[in-house]
Amino acid sequence: MELKAVGTAGTLESSDVMITIEPTKSGGIDLSLESSVINQYGRQIKAQVLDSLKRLGVENAKVIVNDHGALDCTIKARVECAYYRGCQCDVDGTYPWGGVIR
Amino acid sequence: MKNAVGREIPEELLNSGLRNGKGYEVYQGKGYRDGKYIKKQGPTTKIYQKPSESKILPSIREAVIKSGLKDGMTVSFHHHFRDGDYIVNMVMKEIVDLGIKDITIAASSLGSAHDPIADYIEQGIVTGIQTSGIRGRMGDVVSHGKLKTPAILRSHGGRVRAVEEGDVHIDVAFIGAPTCDEYGNARALGGKSDCGVLSYAVPDSEYADKVVVITDTLVPYPNFPASIHGINVDYVVKVDEIGNPKKIASAAARMTQNPRDLMMAENVAKIMTSTPWFKDGFSFQTGAGGPSLAVNRFLEPLMVERGIKMAWAIGGITGPICELQRKGLVGKIIDVQDFDVAAIEDIRTNPNHYEMTASEYANPANKGAFVNKLDFVVLAALEVDIDFNVNVITGSDGVLRGAPGGHPDTAEGAKCCIIVTPLTRGRMATICEKVVTVTTPGDCVDVVVTDYGLSVNPKRQDIIECLDKAGIKHVPIKELQEKAYSMVGKPDDLQWKDKVVAILEARDGTILDVVREIKPYEM
Amino acid sequence: MSIPRPKPEKFRLRRTMMFMNAQKPGLIKDAYIYGADSIMLDLEDAVAENQKDSARFSLYHALKEIDYGDTEVIVRINGLDTPHWKEDIRVVVAGGADGIRIAKTESAQDVKTVDAAVTEAEKEFGVEVGRTLLMAAVESPKGVLNAYEICTASPRLFGVAISGGDYRKCMQVKVIPGGIEMLAARGHLLVAARAAGVQCFDTVFTNINDDEGFRAEVKQNVEMGFDGKSLVNPRQINIVHEMLAPTPKEIAEAEKIVRAYREHAAEGVGVFTIEGGKMIDIAFVPGAERVIKLAKASGIYEGDL
Repeated sequence: MELKAVGTAGTLESSDVMITIEPTKSGGIDLSLESSVINQYGRQIKAQVLDSLKRLGVENAKVIVNDHGALDCTIKARVECAYYRGCQCDVDGTYPWGGVIR
Repeated sequence: MKNAVGREIPEELLNSGLRNGKGYEVYQGKGYRDGKYIKKQGPTTKIYQKPSESKILPSIREAVIKSGLKDGMTVSFHHHFRDGDYIVNMVMKEIVDLGIKDITIAASSLGSAHDPIADYIEQGIVTGIQTSGIRGRMGDVVSHGKLKTPAILRSHGGRVRAVEEGDVHIDVAFIGAPTCDEYGNARALGGKSDCGVLSYAVPDSEYADKVVVITDTLVPYPNFPASIHGINVDYVVKVDEIGNPKKIASAAARMTQNPRDLMMAENVAKIMTSTPWFKDGFSFQTGAGGPSLAVNRFLEPLMVERGIKMAWAIGGITGPICELQRKGLVGKIIDVQDFDVAAIEDIRTNPNHYEMTASEYANPANKGAFVNKLDFVVLAALEVDIDFNVNVITGSDGVLRGAPGGHPDTAEGAKCCIIVTPLTRGRMATICEKVVTVTTPGDCVDVVVTDYGLSVNPKRQDIIECLDKAGIKHVPIKELQEKAYSMVGKPDDLQWKDKVVAILEARDGTILDVVREIKPYEM
Repeated sequence: MSIPRPKPEKFRLRRTMMFMNAQKPGLIKDAYIYGADSIMLDLEDAVAENQKDSARFSLYHALKEIDYGDTEVIVRINGLDTPHWKEDIRVVVAGGADGIRIAKTESAQDVKTVDAAVTEAEKEFGVEVGRTLLMAAVESPKGVLNAYEICTASPRLFGVAISGGDYRKCMQVKVIPGGIEMLAARGHLLVAARAAGVQCFDTVFTNINDDEGFRAEVKQNVEMGFDGKSLVNPRQINIVHEMLAPTPKEIAEAEKIVRAYREHAAEGVGVFTIEGGKMIDIAFVPGAERVIKLAKASGIYEGDL
């Protein structure tokens, strides 16, 4: 599975987070994070996003996180969705639930 | 020095002279100064012995000059025009244009309508802010340490006490009024920008050395019954517009349809009915927020069912309580502020809807304000901690963006103070280990109602007994906090610099908490 | 952080089944606080066509990480006439939901098709085969006519729900106060469900501001014998629970029956007398037990049974 294009998921609604993942050739993960709760949860949001990316095997990408107070389960869901969209996977294909998605 | 709510108050603040030269004490607990005698500080007045016609001046600029305002003085404003206020910005512009500096603004409250003041703070022209509310850009610049002296934040009752006790001396009060006559009798009704009442401006008119009324509607003398009396007024200025009517009075407050808010409101009403104070002739105040306001709707059937009536309601008034009165369920409405057009329309026409002064409402240092006779008050909160301390002023980023308002006054005065708030807002845990800033001390808070259950302050065993008897389930507040953290994670502590940017005064004038300059977030 | 849910109970109390859009984080994070017996996380109509993938990710992590407590968690999957349902089933089973609501069920084969896919997914994800329950939403005249074969199509199936929106369209009728337009469908589905020994649920009432109309409909549901109702607004939950709650007299009577039965059970008698001398057949016992269960769930039971 490889990132082919920009993948976006999520909304700017309260309790949600919008994630954009753009493939890059090198340079690791370039993360930019904006959050309505950055002072209290910035560290945890960043860790969650990086953790999900690592599990998905993303090594190089520009990642934009625009958070409006999403819980960890939502952050994971949006990162994964953005990733698979960026990989241009079949929407109704077979996904690794419980594998790299967990 | 640690105060009674466990907050560390820097020693150097206590004798810094910020309290108009007097020393500060730290917060000692509920009712600390009860029963003490104090002397009120009288203002300067002027002898008017000869026949005279008019106090009208051609412009605000003229009034500023005539008032004798000088560098280092204190000016005051009220907040009845809410987000529609033009007065503060108009007056401050003239003061700044005249080159007067080192000004302290002592307002009953300030809001996002006053963003331009942030510039004057940054330019060092405004060097002191004393207010209940602080929001928008002003909150931002103060939180980032741009104001020369710490802002002093007071409750509505605490402000009147401070004015009367001389903790703050108002040199010139600028009072916007919907109508005024040539001799300074001013009312909140009858002009282009009705605001219902002028309660918060009354102490300013009585205690400032100079009083200027600014109106856009001059009416024939005598403009009676007056809220602000001409005998206290030096000058009257007519301008084109004192405010934006649309923002002064919001459209009629609508009852929330949010099921979460409704569920909490219903539980608040149930709690009230389980206590001994829910009987014929009870008294009540509720906030204008979603769940607080919705309590009115759930009270109605419960009152009808029991065949009881509310004797009086006070506070910031909105349409729903007026409606309840029209249905014959409320005796009198005693009004300190109007939040919507429905409330303003009601006070215009309803003989049982009265205006009171800010002092009558909530001042702890007169001979007994309305809040002392309240049975129930229902209030909102940004945060509540496991000691029941409430924060309504600082956001989760540590920036000033709220107002204690009447919160601490009603909480201390009422027999039963109920806070209603969702357990989390987005990722913010409303029920937390330690509130960012204490604005209402936990010893005044009795019950906290959330969407995940409710908790009673262990100090109130009497209320616990009532709930148990009624079969209303409650849990220790620690359980609510743990549930919140299990959902959102434990928040990181905010990072502060040393500089104190604001002092939270308890309503008795002791120091409840301080707000420090926020450090920019670094990941 | 993963919270495994206990094995679902096939015939539990399901007075209220509340729909929630699986795509909305603010809604699914704590849909259980309003006290519905079951919540129905929706992958179908509530989710826009271009968000079907996104909703599955949200659903998966919600199922894995949110503690729904005693609330039953059912997922409404997309129809068998869409390309989405197969992957919907995989995610539901992998996430460990209690059950699946099959939309637009028209035949026993529809249920069997889903059953087979669920079995396959259970094997794939190491879930005990048979754990995931099914319910069928009947939304067309054909589905109503095939109700009995639908009700008996799978041992996983705990009940059927009539869904009024599409049914009314097919029948060319609109919503009528009193529900005459739904009478045949409701009656037929109830008879089929009872004959098959499964539960039966009524359709949603969408005008959330019409409390009186809602109460009238719930009253009719109760009188007709529905087990519960699908809901769109949490405000409707308490009303249903209140109206389904047994009266103190019913509770007292049920208590007597259950107590007498327990006393006589050891002796193996089929008919016994209760306090007051009334003769009771053993066939009354399950009904009495249901009354006690309802009373407990309604928070009005003070006895010790």
